[in-house]
Amino acid sequence: MLLKLLLGLWLTLIIIAGFSFPITETPTNWYDLPFVPGLEDKARIIFFHVPMAWVTTLAFIISLIYGIKYLAKKEIDHDLISSSSAGLGLMFCILATVTGSLWAKFTWGSFWNWDPRETSIFVLLLIYGAYFALRSAIEGEEKKATLSAVYAIIAGITVPFFIFIMPRIVEGLHPNEAIVSKGKISMNRTMLVIFLSSLSGFTALFFWILNLRVRTERLEHKQSLKGD
Amino acid sequence: MNEIIFKTEGLAKTFNRRKIFKDISFELKENSSLAITGKNGSGKSTLLKILSGILSPTRGSIEMNIGGKIIRHDSYFKKLGLVSPYLQLYDEFTGQENLELFRDIRGIEATDNYIEDLLKLFKLWERRDDFVRTYSSGMKQRLKYAFALLHNPSILLLDEPRSNLDAEGIETVYKIMEEQKKRGILIVATNDSEDIEHCEQLIDLNKQETSGK
Amino acid sequence: MRESLAATLTIFKKDLRSEMRTRYALNALLMFVITTLSIILFSIGNENVSPELLSGVLWIIIFFSTMSGLSRTFVSEEERGTVMTLHLIAKPLSIYFGKLLFNLLLLGGLNIFTVLLYLLFVSGFTVLNYSIFVTTIILGTLGLASGSTIIAAIIAKANTKGTLYPVLSFPILLPLLLTVINATKLSVSGAQFSESFGEFQILISYLVVLTAISFLLFEYIWKE
Repeated sequence: MLLKLLLGLWLTLIIIAGFSFPITETPTNWYDLPFVPGLEDKARIIFFHVPMAWVTTLAFIISLIYGIKYLAKKEIDHDLISSSSAGLGLMFCILATVTGSLWAKFTWGSFWNWDPRETSIFVLLLIYGAYFALRSAIEGEEKKATLSAVYAIIAGITVPFFIFIMPRIVEGLHPNEAIVSKGKISMNRTMLVIFLSSLSGFTALFFWILNLRVRTERLEHKQSLKGD
Repeated sequence: MNEIIFKTEGLAKTFNRRKIFKDISFELKENSSLAITGKNGSGKSTLLKILSGILSPTRGSIEMNIGGKIIRHDSYFKKLGLVSPYLQLYDEFTGQENLELFRDIRGIEATDNYIEDLLKLFKLWERRDDFVRTYSSGMKQRLKYAFALLHNPSILLLDEPRSNLDAEGIETVYKIMEEQKKRGILIVATNDSEDIEHCEQLIDLNKQETSGK
Repeated sequence: MRESLAATLTIFKKDLRSEMRTRYALNALLMFVITTLSIILFSIGNENVSPELLSGVLWIIIFFSTMSGLSRTFVSEEERGTVMTLHLIAKPLSIYFGKLLFNLLLLGGLNIFTVLLYLLFVSGFTVLNYSIFVTTIILGTLGLASGSTIIAAIIAKANTKGTLYPVLSFPILLPLLLTVINATKLSVSGAQFSESFGEFQILISYLVVLTAISFLLFEYIWKE
């Protein structure tokens, strides 16, 4: 209970700080954020968009790990965790796509540009969508668990190919080059602290919701066993 | 030495969180036979599929031991034959082509003479060059027997052995069941009392206990 | 090992013979290609379309014809209930490779047909470097067959097979499609063979990785 309240407080503070701390060309006060040429106020997206994209990836990896565990041990509980994580991943993937796309509209002039990052999140969105389409088309819990785990593994293995393919097709527009240039991070300490707090905050939020979902699923599972 | 042991330990299958059966344990040695009975939906066919290695059990283990060697699960198909209503042969091939195809895929040494013998035994020799899709259900059932016996299996599993057969066909099946007991192990899933009489042991899936009769 | 290889070849021959008799996939596939190609020709009309754009269109035809026919080999076994028979006569790996071989032959033949028609009738599409073009078609066919065979094995076990097939295949095949389109563009823009090495490396590693993972996972799909 206490943890829940703390997490809520933590994220509230991040949201307030992320939106209200002023951006100045020469940060002097502790709350000043640095000015990134070409991004200006739009740089604030980093506090929300990047953590969501990170959670999307994390959720996919967790789903993959528990999928593999399911195939090895055939414990339905592992599939429960795997599919719950994928469900949250889909939600965060949509959020990351929407926030990124809004930001792109104001920076690059259009909602969608097929930047390599945009493409990879789009592919993840497709994979998540296909994963749930597959799950709803299979009868039988064990079959559903097995086939969706297999699909997630095959899909997961093709994703890294995009790292090599995308740069050959389109040039990157993504501003990580502007913020992280030549290994030197142009965030000041305040920005970094808020960014990292947000990253950890959203990760904690993800694990908290995952935990809730897995527990309710387990209860439902038990209930249906009793009803037999 | 070529002794055959086929045993299971605590086999259970759940499907969609519903228990179909649990705790099936038995041990069969060469020259023995087992009848599996139970109401419709009690899981007779499912159990046979698990025993033949098509489905995996939710819990429990199966062990097949032939001549002192444990057979790997993915090689069960080499040692057992199965006749089941769920089994379908290839419609677009003739009876004889089906058997030749199965022989070639299995990579066994069944001669053309042996295939001829099987087709004659099951009264299919005259129709050997007709497509299976033109066969009656009884003829298809007889062809399934030829399919199951093609590789002289150590273990023969029969699911509803009499279905679609006429009196003469049933006669042949009983003869085969007796021969199988001499050669190896016979397992029959049935609710027919005459079928059960051909077996020494019995498992009732509704009561779930093994008993000698 | 030798035994499994023989079983693989026999399953391949069985599928081939069955296809020759029933023409389940072939006729529909050929008609699909002809229909799609004529729609494209109608919509091009007298327009001048760049060969680069036409490179993409070629692979759109190939992708969708793959999606309309290559699931047949697994779906027909599932629908007719002969899956159990296969279980009882061969190891999963022989079955997988037999089916893969069959799909490879089917797709290879289909792609030769498609490419020939495309070169003959789509006047704006002129290949300047045939060595790049042919290598791309070959590597593309191999990768496409590998990816679509394993997905076919998955969807054969699901309820809504037809619509699910492209949905599941697209994310998996996208790296391949982007690369072959890129390589085809190089072949029509008159690039040197060595300029497309990068593309070929990606295609070869894609083929190896996907076939290896299919090899490892097929047993889980096959055995319920």
